[in-house]
Amino acid sequence: MLLSVQDLTISFEAGGDLSEATRGVAFELRRGRVLALVGESGSGKSVTAMAILGLLPGTAAVRGSITLEGEQLLGAAPDRLRELRGGRIGTVFQEPMAAFNPVFTIGDQIGEAIRTHRRLTSAAVRERVGDLLGTVGLDDPERIARSYPHQLSGGQLQRSMIAMAISCDPVLLIADEPTTALDVTAQAGILDLLRELRGRIDTAILLITHDMGVVADLADDVVVLENGRVVECAPVARLFAEPAHEYTKTLLDAVPTFGATRPAPAAGAGILSIRDLVVDYSSRVRAVGGVSLEIAAGEVLGLVGESGSGKSTIGRVLAGLTPVTSGAALVAGTSPVTSTSPVTSTSPVAGISPVTGTSPAAGIDIARLARHPWRNARALRRARSGIGIVFQDPASSLNPRRTVADSIAEPLVLHRDLTVAQQRVRVGELLDAVQLPAAMGRRYPHEMSGGQRQRVAIARALALNPPLLIADEPTSALDVSVQARILALFRSLQDDFGFACLFISHDLAVVEQLAHRVAVMHRGLIVEQGSTEQVLHNPQHPYTQRLLAAIPVADPQRQADRRAARVPADH
Amino acid sequence: MTTLRFLGLRLLGMAGTLLVISVLTYAVFYLLPTDPAMLSCGKPCTPARLAEASAFMGYDKPWWAQYLDFLAGIVTGRHFGSGLAAVDCAAPCFGFSFRLNTPVTELILDRAPVTFSIAAGAAVLWLIIGVSAGVAAAVKRGTAVDRSAMLLSTVGVSAPSYLVGLLGILLFGFTLDMVPVGGYVPFTESPVDWLWHLVLPWTVLALLSAAIYARLTRGQMIEVLGEDYIRTARAKGLRERRVIGRHALRNVLIPVITVFGLDLGSLLGGAVITERVFSMQGLGALLIDAVNTVDLPVIVGVTLFSALLVIVANFAVDLVYSALDPRVSR
Repeated sequence: MLLSVQDLTISFEAGGDLSEATRGVAFELRRGRVLALVGESGSGKSVTAMAILGLLPGTAAVRGSITLEGEQLLGAAPDRLRELRGGRIGTVFQEPMAAFNPVFTIGDQIGEAIRTHRRLTSAAVRERVGDLLGTVGLDDPERIARSYPHQLSGGQLQRSMIAMAISCDPVLLIADEPTTALDVTAQAGILDLLRELRGRIDTAILLITHDMGVVADLADDVVVLENGRVVECAPVARLFAEPAHEYTKTLLDAVPTFGATRPAPAAGAGILSIRDLVVDYSSRVRAVGGVSLEIAAGEVLGLVGESGSGKSTIGRVLAGLTPVTSGAALVAGTSPVTSTSPVTSTSPVAGISPVTGTSPAAGIDIARLARHPWRNARALRRARSGIGIVFQDPASSLNPRRTVADSIAEPLVLHRDLTVAQQRVRVGELLDAVQLPAAMGRRYPHEMSGGQRQRVAIARALALNPPLLIADEPTSALDVSVQARILALFRSLQDDFGFACLFISHDLAVVEQLAHRVAVMHRGLIVEQGSTEQVLHNPQHPYTQRLLAAIPVADPQRQADRRAARVPADH
Repeated sequence: MTTLRFLGLRLLGMAGTLLVISVLTYAVFYLLPTDPAMLSCGKPCTPARLAEASAFMGYDKPWWAQYLDFLAGIVTGRHFGSGLAAVDCAAPCFGFSFRLNTPVTELILDRAPVTFSIAAGAAVLWLIIGVSAGVAAAVKRGTAVDRSAMLLSTVGVSAPSYLVGLLGILLFGFTLDMVPVGGYVPFTESPVDWLWHLVLPWTVLALLSAAIYARLTRGQMIEVLGEDYIRTARAKGLRERRVIGRHALRNVLIPVITVFGLDLGSLLGGAVITERVFSMQGLGALLIDAVNTVDLPVIVGVTLFSALLVIVANFAVDLVYSALDPRVSR
């Protein structure tokens, strides 16, 4: 047995309290196998990895046993552990951009890892660095070695990180969320590389992930963790085919899968019209290169693309936050939601109804207004009152020093003349609409979970009952089970309120569940758009096809078939 | 952007900034109600003699014309008066002190070595002390080392330098008789005496300034130690000494150097209080004397020279910054 973890209990002491991060975790890993530790945030999977590396903070108390090739690691001498780290155990971390030191070159950092464990001349180190970078599939090893982290893409950096991890021929490779921060096409390349390396250099891989698609793609065996305990341990095929534990089933069910698309709503009046939009960030960087989009009332348009494709820039333009080089972004003055809204129809206060009836000023060109944000401040503010925005990270988009109720009430205070009592009633309605108990209004953001915070952010975005909602990756920062609930909520809110929505996401499966139509962005241009059914199930553009092929499916057998059929992606 | 173009633009910008500062300084001081001619007119000051003195010094012209004369003098030098009483101010002429009967340039060059000696030595000391204390406090966070370092730095931040300086003189100069109580000996005259006279002012200045650097370094270090790349460095099997000394310190120094450059720049322009306490005749003392005697050309000259030093220090900081942080180099 290469790695054996037995009865591992890790607890942290904080302010006199002892909290257990893992309890009795046990698993074994053999040479040449990939074991996936799966769980949501707080499940103890990363803490377990850090315990194997001997890198837990001083406040942690560890009991149990961790043996590598028969050698006990718990309680081993610090010098011995240091020899093992980077020597027998290689590690790949989540965010490659943050995991490399920004002030040293890639070659320098990989070379340092080699020199720590091997006595080699500097020429030999340089040669080895070049070989390694070539091994992980980087085209121009010399250039990569000379580059600083900020000069490389996420995919290139993660390949370099893997090169560093395998630089001293480790017997164990720990990969902690190795693809979470990457685009799907880059992710597919990294997963292929890891699979290939496992066979070639005869190493075992401990894969830590929350992504069932990644598990299905790479793992041989799976250990499912929930709140620091192992709830299930099975070979990958059996786990997916017949999950034994309730939690495993929940996890698998929560994974958004392709299948059912939403039927398009009855054609409504146009509510947003973007025409030939061009956004330059500087004379050399063109973020958006001539994009035209239409969204009808009550329609959800999914805008998908990888990082740097320009999709978020479009969201920022609509919020009036980014100056536009040319083109128009017209927000029409239609107000599809009046008395049909459940929130207002159940409203016990008569004075509330006008809130929903008012329409944003008709036909405002936000792109034009945003060119002179100071001069047009008033008009911009009016236009913004017709647009709700939900951002990716609710932890940072909510003011930590305001109660939830205050945050939700803020748009009402700014844009509506309501009495304090009316505001309170409206906030109560909104909390109810996002399925939070009214008592939550008195809490502060840090007293809530990620999913609850995102519900609050949605409530705030809907406070003015806007005809158009912009959601920029609203579920990307959430665990899958939470994401599933937020998506369900979003869908029912959209059905009830009938707002139109520009839904920006990199996750095609999420977009499929929500969007009536999909537009695919690549390098600042829309390469394909049409109904969700058509774009995601019968893609015409090669880029869309490649994007779809790169997504790992949460089914080991199907994923293996897809992998075999996939055209090698260029990286 | 090429490096050359970047440098050119920066130099132009620096020249522009200096020009603006010089106009402001000139305007402020020359629009003061004091008439410099009156001061050197002598007694009895008849209107005729006043006009004569005014014309001699060039104060009969409007202030902007005087300013242009001043600018031209930097390039070509200036002459005041004619005949036997004529004085010469060679280029670069930053004005002429009629009170001390010396060109301002000469006064500054004469005094600068004193201030530079104080500033450079103190700066090196405080950087070493401050950064070491900050790193030690951050690494031993929450321990007695951390708490005592931070307690000392609170004392250092709040203690007035003249008080600490005087106490230092009292203890080490008079009571223990280890170091001279004041004065300055040029390096060229006797390097040992130069060092001996400077030890106390260096230590006092360094200990007080190091306090701020210790706090800054500690905060930065604690933040950097939480970064992902530190975890990566540890996962590579590096020794803690190397993780701190190489991976963390380099990132910690980036903001520290920025503050350091500006502090050093302004100190080079005159360590006013320190020079006073240790009775050293540096730029700070020159400036104080000039203010006391309303010697306007000297005030303008020293002010401009200080501004130049700050701007140059700023430029040097930018160069060091881009050497330390590859992300900002172009």
